[in-house]
This record gives sequence, C-alpha cells and structure tokens, in this order.
Amino acid sequence: MKPRTLHDEPLIFERNPERGPRGTFRLPAGEVPPVDPRATLPAEQLREPLDLLPDLGELEVVQHFHRLSQMNFAVDEGLYPLGSCTMKYNPRVCERACRLEGFTEVHPLEPDGHVQGALELMWELERALVAITGMAAVTLQPAAGAHGELTGMLMIRKALAARGDARQAVIIPDSAHGTNPASATFAGYRALEIASGPDGTVDMAALDRMMDETVAGIMLTVPNTLGVFEHRIVEISRLVHERGGYVYLDGANLNAFVGRALPGLMGADALHINLHKTFSTPHGGGGPGAGPVAVSEALVPYLPVPRVVREGDAFRMVWEDERSIGPMRGFYANFLVLVRALAYIRGMGSDGLREMSEAAVLLANLVRRRLEGAYHLQYEAPTLHEVVFDDTFQKEHGVTNIDIAKRLLDHGFHPPTVSFPLIVHGALMIEPTESPSPEEVEAFCEAMLAIAREAAEDPERLRTAPHGTPVRRLDEVAAARSPVLRWRKE
Amino acid sequence: MHPWIGVGEADRRRILDELGLDSVDALFETVPAAVRTDRLDLPPAEDEGRLMASMRALSGRNTTAAAVPSFLGAGAYRHVQPSAVDAVLSRAEFFTSYTPYQPEISQGTLQAIFEFQTVIAGLAGLDVANASLYDGATALVEAALMSHRLLRAKRNTVVVAETVHPMYRRVLETYAGALGIAVVTVPPGEDGRTDPGRLAAAAGGDACCLVVQSPNFVGIVEDLPAVAEAAHGAGAMAVQVVAEAASLGILHGGGRFGFDIVCGEAQSLGLPLGFGGPHLGFFACREEHKRQMPGRLVGQTVDADGRRGFCLTLSTREQHIRRAKATSNICSNHGLMALAATVFMELLGGSGLRAMALGSHAAAEETKRRVLMLGDPWRLAYPIAPTFDEFLLVGPAPGEELARRAAEAGVFAGVPSRKWGGSWPDGLLVAATETTRAGEIRALVEVLGRIGR
Repeated sequence: MKPRTLHDEPLIFERNPERGPRGTFRLPAGEVPPVDPRATLPAEQLREPLDLLPDLGELEVVQHFHRLSQMNFAVDEGLYPLGSCTMKYNPRVCERACRLEGFTEVHPLEPDGHVQGALELMWELERALVAITGMAAVTLQPAAGAHGELTGMLMIRKALAARGDARQAVIIPDSAHGTNPASATFAGYRALEIASGPDGTVDMAALDRMMDETVAGIMLTVPNTLGVFEHRIVEISRLVHERGGYVYLDGANLNAFVGRALPGLMGADALHINLHKTFSTPHGGGGPGAGPVAVSEALVPYLPVPRVVREGDAFRMVWEDERSIGPMRGFYANFLVLVRALAYIRGMGSDGLREMSEAAVLLANLVRRRLEGAYHLQYEAPTLHEVVFDDTFQKEHGVTNIDIAKRLLDHGFHPPTVSFPLIVHGALMIEPTESPSPEEVEAFCEAMLAIAREAAEDPERLRTAPHGTPVRRLDEVAAARSPVLRWRKE
Repeated sequence: MHPWIGVGEADRRRILDELGLDSVDALFETVPAAVRTDRLDLPPAEDEGRLMASMRALSGRNTTAAAVPSFLGAGAYRHVQPSAVDAVLSRAEFFTSYTPYQPEISQGTLQAIFEFQTVIAGLAGLDVANASLYDGATALVEAALMSHRLLRAKRNTVVVAETVHPMYRRVLETYAGALGIAVVTVPPGEDGRTDPGRLAAAAGGDACCLVVQSPNFVGIVEDLPAVAEAAHGAGAMAVQVVAEAASLGILHGGGRFGFDIVCGEAQSLGLPLGFGGPHLGFFACREEHKRQMPGRLVGQTVDADGRRGFCLTLSTREQHIRRAKATSNICSNHGLMALAATVFMELLGGSGLRAMALGSHAAAEETKRRVLMLGDPWRLAYPIAPTFDEFLLVGPAPGEELARRAAEAGVFAGVPSRKWGGSWPDGLLVAATETTRAGEIRALVEVLGRIGR
C-alpha cells in the first residue's frame, strides 16, 4: 500500500469542475430514431441534465480507481488473519470460470430449455454440498450467511406452524455472531441468550432449564467462535429434539472440519454455508457472498422456491410449492458466486477439501503455540481453525487490543478480528486459514511478539499507531457523532 | 499437496513436531466419534485445463442474451458493459479484501462507497443512501420493515401496488408473514397505473407505508407526486421501488416528490445479467431517518493529522453491535457490485447516464411502434400509458406460448406477463435498451408477425 504522501486522491466530484465535459464512455448510436421525452413521459417527472457526476475520459476514471485500490489491503498483499471471516486465497481459475459469457450474459428469465447449463451447475453444487454436509437437501438462494440464517429460521417457523406449534423464542449462546440474534428477531422470535460454560461451550444444565415448549430451538455455531468444537453436540441436539425444537447450525466455521465431520450426524435441521468462507469465493470488500442452507428431511418440504429439479436428463425451475416458505430474494441465487464455488470444489477435489481443513487447523494451532504466554488466552480448551487471545497482559501497560491491531498495520499484516466474541474482553481472534505459507504465519507471529514487547517498552508508540498507512488513525467517534454520509457541493 | 494450500508435507511434519503431536488426527480429538467421517463422496481434483473445459461445457449449454435478439427484462436488463468496469473489479486490492473494518488500510473501498452513496442519494432525490443491499426484492423488504419500525406503535400494514414486481412482492410476503405484518395489494386502474386514491383507501388507518414501483412491472411510469401525497395523507411513509435503475437517468427519483424511501435494483448500472445474481440492492432515505436505516454506511471523518478520511459509521444500528435489536440482520452486502456501479456511473458521467436512459427509452418506443405496425391481433395492453423502456404487448396467444414460440424461432421476445400471476392482460413484457440494435427489432417484428398469422 502506498502512503498518501504527495496528494490525496480527490473525490470524483471534485475533479476539474470548471474545465468542461470530456468524452465519456461511448454508447451505441444511430440504431433507432431519437425520441423527445417531453412528448412521451410525464413532464413533471423529467429531470434536468444530471450534474451529479463530471464527464471524464476513461483514463481519468481508471486512474482514480487504481489510486484508490492502492490504499487497500488485500489477501494478495499479505496475511489477513481476520478471525471468523476466513480470508483465504481466491484461486484465479474460479474468477476465470465465472466470467465465461455463457454464465455472465444469461438472462434469468430465458425459457428453461435455454439455460440447461446454469440449472445443471446449480443442481451439481447442491449435490456437492449435500455430500459435504451429510444433510438431505440444499437451497442455494441466500445471498449471504445472515440471509441463510433467516432462511433456515423461517423454515423452522413454518415446520412448527405446520404442526400448530407457535413457539416464541430461540436459544443462542452469548458467543454467537450478532447475525444470529438479529436473524432470530427477523424470523419473529425472541433471542434467549445462554451463557457459555467454563470451557467456552454450551452449559448443558442451563440448556436443560431453558429448553421448554415455548422455545423453537437453538442456533449454534460449530466450532464456536472461540474455535472450540461443541463436543456435546449430539446430546444438545437430542435434548432440543426431544422437547420439540429444531437445531440450527451456523456453518460460518465449516472450513474447520470439511471431510472430517458431518453436520448431518450432529442432528442439525438447518445449516448455512458461507461460500465466501469455506469455498473461497472472494469477499469483494463487503460482498457479494452466498449462504446456501442445507436441511434435514424434516425441513425439506419448506425449502424456498424457486427450486431446480431434475427430470431425466433435463432440468427445470419450479416456482410454485404450497408448503414452501416462499422466495427469499429476486430470481434464484448469487449465481456467479455459485460458479466460483463449484469451480473451487472441483479444483480441490475430495482429498484437497479434507487437506484444506487440516492445514487450516494446523496453522491456527501453530499461531496458538507461538503466541501463548505473550498474549492471554481466556479459554484453554483445544481449538480448531482459529484462536482467541485477549489484551489482558498488555492492558497493564495501558495498551488495548485496538492499539495492537493498529500497530500490526505498520508491520504489513492485516489485524485479527478485534473485540469479538463478546465473551472475551479485548479479544484478538486469529484465523490464518490454510492458504498462507508457514513462513508468512511465522512472520506474523514474530510481529505479534514484537508488539507484545513494545507494549511494555514503548506503549505510546502503540497508542498512536498506525504510523505507516495511507491515513493515520481515524476518528470514528466524530464520524458517528455528526455523520457526513455524502459529498455536497459547497 | 494442493497448490491452493500453503502447507507442504514437510511443513506439516515440522508443525506437528513443534506441537508435540504424532498426527493431525490429534488436533481433531474434540470432534466426537459419532459425527466423524473419513471421506467425502466427491470426485478427485481437476487440473485447470480440465476444470475450465468442464465449466466451459456447462456454460456452452446456455443461450446468451447476446447471441440472439433479446427483449427480456422484468427486473434484469441488458445494458452496456464497459470493459473498464471488470478491469477495476479484477484488482485484487478490491475483490480480495474484506468489509472495511480497519479504515486505515481500506480507504480505497471506503471512498468508493462514499462516492456510491453520494450518487445514489442524488439519483433518488433523497439525503442519504447506504452502502448496498442484496437486490431489489430485499431492498423493498428492508424499506417496508424500516417503515414498520418507525410507525409500528400504531400501524401494522404494508400497502403495496400490485404493479410492484410480483417477485418482489412474494419476497415481501415471505418476510412479513413471520413478523405478523399484513400486506395488502392494490390492483392497477384501467390505464395500468396505480390509482393513488385506491392506495389511500386500502391504507385505512393502519398502513405504515404505501409502496409503488416506478416504472412499474408493466413498464409504466406511476404518478409519483400523487402517490406521495396519498401516502402522507394516510399518515404513512411513501416508498418507491425501482427495478430498472437506468430510468433514473431521465426521470426524477421519488425523493423529489416527497417520497421517504427510494430503493431498488441497480443491476442496470454496470452489472452483467449473470442468470439473476449477484445484482445490487440500493436504499436511500431522508436524513432524519438515517439511524433506522439497514446495512452499512460510510461516513467522512478526519485522521490523527486532521486529514480527510472515511470509515464505516452509525454501526450501533447493526447486528454486530445491536444484535437482536439491530435494524437489519444484514452483514455481508454487495460491496463489489456497488463498486461496479460506481465505476460504471463515473465512466458514463452525468451526460452518459442521461444518454443511456434516453437511448433505452427511444429503443423501446421504436420497438413499440414497429410491433404495432403488425396490426391486429397485436396491441398494447395499456395504449396511452407512458412507459420507459418496457411495455406489455398482447397478441394472439397467452404470454407463455408467445415466448416459447418466439424462442423456438430464435428470438427472446419478452417475459410472459402472468409468469407470477397478476390482474393485467396475459401477454409479453417487452424490454429494449440502448444496446438494442435495429436488426434485433426487425427480427422481433418478423417472428411475431409469423406467430400472428
């Protein structure tokens, strides 16, 4: 990343306002006669020429975004150990595959006979995800993990309604992602928080007390956000099922156990899969993701429509099904993300996917071994693909997890996830993934150890970090106090 | 050993040694035996050549809307695709980064979103816009739920014009049902427009919002000023959803006429059809409602040296802070699609966005004119209604049959208008854009002419 030393990159609106328009992207012309919109459209709704944007040449615009890109950190730049976000390498062949014209230029409402390749691709990806999860069926509709959570909870709601059972609440551990309680709320449920036991997993006695006929089920992350596998998962599912509830598994951390364990054997009724985590589709600076949901036999009737069905060698999109919860979005799925995920699964193969989880767990445990002692570990249970330290030792010198994160930027690494999960104060949640070389991971550990020493020797250096980034530490409090959410002409 | 995995066999042994373990199995001991598996029922890895060949084979079994004359729209439109858009999106600094939680090393993404928010708010005619939502359907849902949050103490009904895309309405019903929010649908008048009086009457005293789509599902520009007035007269929020964002190049967004929320689908602004996704939801509202908005927001601030910079802001609305009380459950949104739209809009500039809208409108008017020259039985379902770049054509057979027969003859003539039901005539929704060539219009006319005989 380039520090912004010479000049800041202005906003596009601030470019050459006085110099007059330049030739912009050339549109097709001369195919049809022009129309005067004043004769064809309601006069009061016609806008005057747009002055929202300057008219610039192509190079000016490309340079603008090139320069902006130089102020971003990326997976391709260095270790991005953002816990729970799974910032792994995005294989370029997947990018190439999803740009094939036979995928990009296909309209979603072409007759089924003209989109057999697209339908087959979706059908095959569903089968692959069934194999990976051991569940009964999959919907590819959800646009992201949180969207998948809501989809799953709405299916559970519908299944309960089908047997005339109006339950009101859902149990969610205090270590859960914020999307879990939010999704429960949007599915019409009250979120009941259950405290984690001393080893960071679900407290069975508390679950036993809470799980009654008013509770629709539990939302559980496996392994949980501490990286700890919920080792009583079978007992938990049994208890919830015995009392008429359903088990929702948050599959955000599926990458920890692909080819080693099956959610279908854990008693899951619904499980979302973040294709942008486990199956390496790019995060894109905040999406698009894709959050397919795998379900047990009990929820199959309630899957969202439209669904792909196979009839002999042909595929068809079915839009109507009375028992379905209905559609969760426009059209079918984030299809071009699905293309990448299937390319990844085919490129990895059965052995590669298993090796992926093993390498992710190995590297995370390497980090844990190297940093133990220098950073405080609140929960000592064995961890899989990620590990959560905290700033207890550094706080003695007045240094917080945020300071540590910002100082890491000066070492050329993306910081870990900070201040999550909420049950660990001053959390630093580290997930290296399977992608980096051990040298890269070791260099990150060296940087973390250097920062731990610096916390004792020169805490001020940390509190004022970062020192070498395109901008210095930003005043996020001021941004929220009087928000400026758009540029305005002065 | 796989090239996408950074750990080789020797590395593996070295790490296991350092951890004092004999085998990687020891790391998985906390996984109970009852849930374990030791194999995956999937094929072995494919090399790049085979992988691309197999993906190419799948893609080859789809007909691209570029290969045949295509007049398909209904929520996804074929517009120009400047090469520079994908070139920018292909920069790893953009596509391999995460949500910009660490602003010091994410200024590129943050500034681009700030520019996006500025242009979208301007197009909508409102004060603020968010960083993106999934698509038009879910944007409409978020608008309805935000209206409900603002007025829920008293009001529990969403009144929606039937001419809002039926697919969007069905998604709204999926969400609203679980929350006990009633959805009331109001059919259009004889001219294909929504009658603001009927909307207001349906509202009674219980509507938290009145929703119209403009241009609507059958292509017609709604009477936005009258709808806004009807909504406010009923004490409800006025919500406009836009499924064809290109229209905003010549038509004012509803904010101009007092709409409280303008949201919708912006696939038309630089995104490929992609068999339906990922597309781009957008959402704009008034300044006074910004703390009830769903999704991410980027704000301007200063760094420790007092220089301008950008960061995510007002995050106390969001699920990672507010959890069960968040304004939405959305986390990953469609950041890269918002970037695409930003690059697209900046490449076209203000005059290009206008020209694209005018070109689309002209192409649709010309298509309309040529098709009507076929004469009986071809006619417009709503002959006098003003349309932007899509219209409802009625012919000698139901829409499904017309579409199928035209496709067999090598033309995607339109989307069957009753694919999802509806009280409008059963025909074809025909869309044209600035990319429509004169030859495509000729091909359409010829094929329809043959079907009509």
